Amino acid sequence: MLLKELSEAFGPPGQEDEVRDLIREKIAPHVDRIWTDTMGNLYAEKKGRDAAGPRIMLAAHMDEVALMITRIDREGFLHFKSLGGIDQRVLIAKPVVIGRQRVPGVIGAKAVHLLEPEERERALSLRELFIDIGARDKEEAEKLVAIGEGAVFQSRFSSIGGNRVRGKALDNRAGCSALVELLQYDYPVNLTAVFTVQEEVGLRGARIASYNLKPDLALVMETTTAGDVPEAKSHQMSTRLGKGPALTIMDRTLIAAPDLLKALEETAQRLDKPYQWKQTATGGTDGGAIHLTGAGIPTAVVAIPCRYLHSPASVIDLADYQHLIELIHGFLTHAPGRRTGQK
Amino acid sequence: MLGIFSRGQQKLKGMEKTTNTKEDKSLEYLDLLRRLSQEQGVSGREAKVAESLLKTLHPLVDEVERDRLGNVIAHKKGEGPDPHPRVMLAAHMDEIGLMVTQILEGGFLRFTPVGGIDLRTLPGQEVLIHGLSPLRGVIGAKPPHLQEPGERKKAIPGDELYIDTGYSKKEELEEMVPLGTMVTIERDLQLLANDLVAGKALDNRAGVTVLAACFQELTRLKHRADVYGVATVQEEVGVRGAMVSSYGLAPDLAVVIDVCHGDMPGVAEDEGFPLGKGPALGLGPHVHPRLFTTLKETAQEIGVPYQVEPSPTPAGTDAWAIQIAREGIPTALVSLPLRYMHTAVETLSLKDLKETGRLLAAFIQGLEPAFVEGLSCY
Repeated sequence: MLLKELSEAFGPPGQEDEVRDLIREKIAPHVDRIWTDTMGNLYAEKKGRDAAGPRIMLAAHMDEVALMITRIDREGFLHFKSLGGIDQRVLIAKPVVIGRQRVPGVIGAKAVHLLEPEERERALSLRELFIDIGARDKEEAEKLVAIGEGAVFQSRFSSIGGNRVRGKALDNRAGCSALVELLQYDYPVNLTAVFTVQEEVGLRGARIASYNLKPDLALVMETTTAGDVPEAKSHQMSTRLGKGPALTIMDRTLIAAPDLLKALEETAQRLDKPYQWKQTATGGTDGGAIHLTGAGIPTAVVAIPCRYLHSPASVIDLADYQHLIELIHGFLTHAPGRRTGQK
Repeated sequence: MLGIFSRGQQKLKGMEKTTNTKEDKSLEYLDLLRRLSQEQGVSGREAKVAESLLKTLHPLVDEVERDRLGNVIAHKKGEGPDPHPRVMLAAHMDEIGLMVTQILEGGFLRFTPVGGIDLRTLPGQEVLIHGLSPLRGVIGAKPPHLQEPGERKKAIPGDELYIDTGYSKKEELEEMVPLGTMVTIERDLQLLANDLVAGKALDNRAGVTVLAACFQELTRLKHRADVYGVATVQEEVGVRGAMVSSYGLAPDLAVVIDVCHGDMPGVAEDEGFPLGKGPALGLGPHVHPRLFTTLKETAQEIGVPYQVEPSPTPAGTDAWAIQIAREGIPTALVSLPLRYMHTAVETLSLKDLKETGRLLAAFIQGLEPAFVEGLSCY
């Protein structure tokens, strides 16, 4: 399963090589041209049946939140900073792999027996955590790991419940996987898929990709927080699993192009497919960078609801994944004119 | 017989092993440890790990059975004339875990800890729910966008944690997950550098592996003592299996195999012992002084490295119960240094494990009736 391969691939921000290689191999037979740029964004062009038709950019980021090794201490333990937004409380007692060589390590914590009562209530800070790879000392650790290498969770992708899957980096390998699937079909429009780098550290790859392409409009394929969990009030439930792909009206970085949203909504209604509106204005995506590029690019975000983003085990519903593909497929098949999205 | 302990063959990509020459057999017990670590056996529900262990021990001993509380007792008879000193080796096979207490709308489960769980280690863990058939789950917590500023500085309170099963209907779950169902972390054993391994439940499946390793060694040695290897139940909730098994067996002496804290940043030197430097021999009021001395001398004789773990109390190991069973049983404690105890990434040295098995076998080989009689003479 492509999603499994992508979820388990190694791809911290700036170290997306493995993900890029995997995607390149999968899409090569289905596209007209593939190239990369100075940051490592992967572009795939599919010419439309109508050469004068609109030029659409579909973007999905390849990188995942990760840790970066910043120091190796005398005892051979690795110290790190976060690459992207990680709640440090999900790091404790998790196995990780470091670098493309996948050197295994664990993030341990002092045994509960040795804690003072107040220590049990306090979350450990990033600076107190470290990775143990079993090295005896600094010298030995340096043979296995280099400063600057990324570390990612060592989680196995697996199915869970009825029609859901669990794994690391579903944000945004689920978006990547859906985009790869879409590229197997032909469309009337001129399409360029971009698998972007460095989204998690500030929407950086998408900025230059959209400048390079200057598309007529852009769709960002993402995952977004699902809040349908205990402890959350219903108005906080950003999105809900199984209720279809989520359309964003506004988040922290983007107010989506209204005509584009309308076209997507109409597509879903025409196909009789479920969709939902993202209920909170939180988070940000590549859309934030894309829509402000050049003279401005009409942009919308379509996202798969995902629980426990940025943790070792995120969860999505495969029905949402499928409906995202169908929605965008339907949109591209009946593509709007060049001017769509502009007021 | 050797077949059951197939040599570990896992080679790590890109890692140049500095150890594991042909003579070094510390990987010999890797597969057994992996199997035992991954078996389910939360306190009071040890049937799965017990079954696996019965199969492992069967070819190594004369008889093996479970007692009324579920302890696995393996008996290997001594050779030579009567009397045969009766020695008990005890290693607990239960693990800490979670128990389902409530099924919520939307397919979520509430739980209570079984044994000393550090709640801080739970968010984001992949789990197995041992209902009518095993189900996968995730321990979820409030998503970051719902958190108040500063919330990340506090550990997530236990009553806010829940298990996400991936199912969405409460009714569906109620059929598959009866209340009281046990939950364990889903975790593969990881081989780190220098023959360290990391995984769940190494406290005390590593001790149980030492038990098997000792019996394996004993198949090559002559010994006069009758050996009773006991994999005890319910240690993590109050050393309960050890209480009844030591009463039932009434051994002349006992050696408990457990884990002690390993060295790591933030842990004092007299509380955390280095990994790979051999087992830690317990020393204190709970340990019979002559058993300690004999274990130490045996280690010196056969070249097993060892450390000394001074401790004012044996609370937290089976030695607590065994020392005061019946009219009193001379007891010793041998511990494997282990980092990150009671987390799902407990880490220890396979070399220590192997060496401890060798030490115990040699100790048993040297047991004579006169030595046992002397244990009551102060």
